[in-house]
Amino acid sequence: MRSAWFILICVAVAALTFLGLRVVHNDYLFIAGYTVLQFIVLATAWNILGGYCGYVNFGSAAFFALGAYTSVFFHKAYPLPIPALLVLSAVVSGLAGLGMGYLTLRLRGAFFSIATLALAVVLQTLVVNWDYVGGSRGAYVIRANTVELFGFAMPYVQYLFLLMLTLVVLAIVTARTIERSRLGFGFATIRDDELAAEASGVPTLRLKLIATTLSGALMGMAGAPFPYYIGYLQPSSAFGLEYAVNSIAMPMIGGTGSWIGPLVGALLLGIIQQVATVTISSAVNLLIVGVLLVVFVIIAPNGLVGFVTQYFRAKER
Amino acid sequence: MAEPLLQIDNVGKRFGGFVALDGINLTVAPGERVGLIGPNGSGKSTLVNCICGTLRNETGTVRFDGRQIDGMPAHKRTILGLARSFQLPRPFHSLSVSENLHIPLLYAVKSRSGSHLTPAELEAHCVEYLRLVGLDHKARKRPRDLTQVEMRKLELARAMAAEPKLLIADESMAGLSHSEIEDILKLLRQLSERGITIILIEHIMSAVMSFSQRLAVLVSGKKIADGKPDDVVRNPEVEKAYLG
Repeated sequence: MRSAWFILICVAVAALTFLGLRVVHNDYLFIAGYTVLQFIVLATAWNILGGYCGYVNFGSAAFFALGAYTSVFFHKAYPLPIPALLVLSAVVSGLAGLGMGYLTLRLRGAFFSIATLALAVVLQTLVVNWDYVGGSRGAYVIRANTVELFGFAMPYVQYLFLLMLTLVVLAIVTARTIERSRLGFGFATIRDDELAAEASGVPTLRLKLIATTLSGALMGMAGAPFPYYIGYLQPSSAFGLEYAVNSIAMPMIGGTGSWIGPLVGALLLGIIQQVATVTISSAVNLLIVGVLLVVFVIIAPNGLVGFVTQYFRAKER
Repeated sequence: MAEPLLQIDNVGKRFGGFVALDGINLTVAPGERVGLIGPNGSGKSTLVNCICGTLRNETGTVRFDGRQIDGMPAHKRTILGLARSFQLPRPFHSLSVSENLHIPLLYAVKSRSGSHLTPAELEAHCVEYLRLVGLDHKARKRPRDLTQVEMRKLELARAMAAEPKLLIADESMAGLSHSEIEDILKLLRQLSERGITIILIEHIMSAVMSFSQRLAVLVSGKKIADGKPDDVVRNPEVEKAYLG
């Protein structure tokens, strides 16, 4: 499929989703949907580094929180519209990703993961002790009830949903473009064998930095509207365990090989979690993730997408 | 004599207290077929790693094609035209056999020439190299479906796809049968006829003797002989190193 067609289809699906939800006319669907969309972006962003390059990042929450706190900072210092905050958060988190890449150049496997985890702890400590953005008390971000968009008044939640939907399209198109490009082949060689990659002329270091930067920037963008969504941001929610765990679990469950995996995984896990939050309790969310992760690691180590393609390949024979 | 393609001067490398390479000098002229032999642990692979940038030499200089390349990252050396195959095949497992060859074409060759290959041209190049090594019927398989010989052929094909001036084949025949060794030798001779300079590192003496125009011998990190193959094997020091 040509890229232009793919973008068109993505935009069409996104538009239909939005219009469909507007027809249903239930604000709760937008509130729950926003969280699911946010996880699609996080999972897709994680997969660029974790799935394509094979570098498992445990610090997703740090990049997400960095985006969120960039918004809080500007909300206090110089209020800007959210689309501008998205760009700023992408820059801040992207730079953090680049920095993380530089600091962890020589680390592979578990050591890289531990370093990313440490990065999250360091950043959280910094934010907790930074009074301007609320410190450990947290910060209130008062938002308007409605927003004027192209002459239409729209409830703010729908506006946030629309922004996140745009981000989802951006993230998925980016991931798919990478996958089919020279860059994607380069990423795959990093995952498979860095020495052999270098011997084939692949500048592994530069590609790794591109991956950490891109992945970080997308995660930051996912976090930028979060303070406006939640209204009150505190370090423990922005750096919450669920972001780190979900952004790893969703691609793993969906399948890390292609852009579809994180999408499927995030939709599946995200929706189950939202349903569980309403019907049971939000406390079971991490339990659900844990159980599903164990089940998938045993039954379908290549995720749902891997499982299905394997099934069809076996049938062909 | 024309300017050497590869010139190694006084290259040294130690791992802690162990001296792996001790002041190695070696020059290779363009188009030459050089055999590099030596007992296990004599530093052959370390020398290759220092030439290719996997390891950094601590003393001495490595010059390739008129440029000093010490400290240059491995991928830049490949782009300059220095390709190697690994002793133990290291294919990209998640890519198909033909995609394995895409990598040097997309990176080494493209970075060198700057020209953009269309997908059709890319595929054509891959098929050409796979045919050369006799793997064209397995183009869509994964490396794990290949036999050991095929894996070594893929390793060589990938090094060839980087369109090198100098190809270093690091023990590409170890563990292969007689006819398989002949296959690989034939392949290397074809490459040599195309004007590619080749350094062959090998334990199998019959293969090295028939292939090389010149032979260099490493023992305990020192070069003890360098010259015509027939003269070198008659060198008493070499005999001593091999036979004790």
